[in-house]
Amino acid sequence: MPLLHFLSLPCKPDRPYVTLRSCRYHLPTVRPCCSCDMPNSIVIAERLNRVTDTHREATSTPAGATMPRGTGVRRILTIARNAFREAVRDRVLYNLVLFVLLLTASAIFLGELSAAQEAKIIVDLGLSAMLLFGTFIAIFVGTGLVYKEIERRTLYAILAKPVGRGEFLLGKYLGLCLTLAVNVSVMGVGISLALLFVKRGYDPLALRIWPAVALIYIELMIVVAVALLFSSFSTPALAALLTFAVFVIGHFSADLKTLAAATGTTAARIFFGLLFYLLPNLSHYTKLTDAGHGLMPAPSAFIVALAYALIYIAVLLAAATFIFNRRNFK
Amino acid sequence: MTVALEIENLTKDYEVGFARKRRVRALDGLTLTVERGEIFGFLGANGAGKSTTMKLLMRLIYPTAGRASILGCDINDIAMHARIGYLPEHPYFYDYLTAREFLEYCAELFGYTRTDCRQRAAALLALVHLDDKSWDKQLRKFSKGMLQRVGLAQALVNDPEIVFLDEPMSGLDPVGRREIRDLIASLRHKETTVFFCSHILADIEVLCDRAAILQKGRLAHAGRLEDLRGRAGTRAMELVVAGATAEQLRAALQPLPAAQLTQTPGGARIEVPSERDVDAALAALRDCGARLVSVQPVGNPLEDLFVANQN
Ligand SMILES: Nc1ncnc2c1ncn2[C@@H]1O[C@H](COP(=O)(O)OP(=O)(O)OP(=O)(O)O)[C@@H](O)[C@H]1O
Ligand SMILES: [Mg+2]
Repeated sequence: MPLLHFLSLPCKPDRPYVTLRSCRYHLPTVRPCCSCDMPNSIVIAERLNRVTDTHREATSTPAGATMPRGTGVRRILTIARNAFREAVRDRVLYNLVLFVLLLTASAIFLGELSAAQEAKIIVDLGLSAMLLFGTFIAIFVGTGLVYKEIERRTLYAILAKPVGRGEFLLGKYLGLCLTLAVNVSVMGVGISLALLFVKRGYDPLALRIWPAVALIYIELMIVVAVALLFSSFSTPALAALLTFAVFVIGHFSADLKTLAAATGTTAARIFFGLLFYLLPNLSHYTKLTDAGHGLMPAPSAFIVALAYALIYIAVLLAAATFIFNRRNFK
Repeated sequence: MTVALEIENLTKDYEVGFARKRRVRALDGLTLTVERGEIFGFLGANGAGKSTTMKLLMRLIYPTAGRASILGCDINDIAMHARIGYLPEHPYFYDYLTAREFLEYCAELFGYTRTDCRQRAAALLALVHLDDKSWDKQLRKFSKGMLQRVGLAQALVNDPEIVFLDEPMSGLDPVGRREIRDLIASLRHKETTVFFCSHILADIEVLCDRAAILQKGRLAHAGRLEDLRGRAGTRAMELVVAGATAEQLRAALQPLPAAQLTQTPGGARIEVPSERDVDAALAALRDCGARLVSVQPVGNPLEDLFVANQN
């Protein structure tokens, strides 16, 4: 960088030197600013102008581009799509490989039994594995869903965009539901194919298991919402534990009611009664043995189960949003 | 000029301690106004409360008392966020996304169309001088400085009217630092208001119109940079020259008894007690045919102010 002879510096007479801010634009250069920690080094005006021009070209709105027309729904779907992408890239769906191996192994080793028995076992085993694997994903991914974002501070940049906290929560929730939908559907198809294989041809059972599959999926949606609620105020480990407890107790929900009726003291009766009404009744959603026998739930029962789930999920998400909205992030 | 940011009596107490909760005041009654189109520097030592202020403004934490408005809208109005940008303190983004995917995702959250998102992502990655080879690399493989650039890009994705930058230069190499500094300076031409915090005085000096100095959660100084410098007293100035012998210089500086001459290997260093003497010194030097290498203040007035505030 050639040093300029100061005689030729085109300075304004009243401002011959370095009050930096004022000279930036009319001093060509006095010396290059090579280390930026150097106090008062002079920024090269020429450089600045060049950068400015490129910036202008680069970011001026392209011709015909639309202005942002964000709606809440679109933002939620965008977040959901990203949450799905996260799950896929974190290899959550790899559990499907394990599932396929399990089904194949059982189809091979059950060769001794009659085709009908074999089909029943495949349905039992397949649906149980579907519920088990799905619950694992719902609990472990579900509790980390928001916690991880807070911990790693990835959500700071997102919440500074026009995204409400409720929208964020709902988007993440739907993203995991989408992941589970893919997981459950692939497993369902796997079971159907296995049935066709052991029966050596079409069998109505291959289609009759699907209502049970749908019920399992609805149950998983409830579990995710429970996990999300717990993780909105506690650590993932605690949230996972609590969610698992709800999952287990939820399956014995009917027993709670009996327990409430059977116990003597009023306090115990109120306690178990409260638990019964507070915790989700998950026993509606696991119709494994029925499915194995080719029995489908009555349409009315199915609709009741669905409505119950939707209401329950809505309440859980509203509570999670309420808590999440009040949180200070570290 | 209209107001871009208005902070009124903003106060934040953190609760610390697990069993016995104690309240710690991180920000104490901050009142501040930033005009549109300004580049505003927010200075303070570690733990002074700069990031706390930024997070309060972004609604990541809620104030104990006080209020603030951005672009005339209360900070609780989320729709206003469509017009602002924010670079968090230690930027960390979804590490499973590539830089390009992440920026497209950010643009989508603002509701731009697909093609628009793609164009914006590419334009911004170029703007922050991210090496093209890294555009399609997952962010988990990025270095701190690269993440910082991505962070800056995502803060600008919506052509914001005001950007909040929390230590935009941290983790950058000298070249990167200069690029980002130039980029911030160039925002002025787009009439983007910049509110950025830093403890690197050099950056503040080069970029800012006005600055505020925060000390232990309280506002210690605020004003135009010249005024802040003025508060630190008069400045001695240093001229470095070459191309003339010491005798020539000494003779030329005869009329300026206050000027101190020190010989250096390549030439000489002349110190005059205040800015007012620089003109005369320059004229004298010109007459003896010396070449000017640089003119700069001795020490740093802002630094003096900053340091004085710590005690
Ligand atoms: N989550 C928190 N809980 C408790 N105290 C906190 C929390 N975050 C910050 N503080 C305290 O608030 C004060 C201000 O912190 P802040 O992060 O705003 O400082 P800063 O000015 O950004 O510092 P730095 O230059 O190091 O980034 C500090 O004393 C810090 O200990
Ligand atoms: Mg900070």
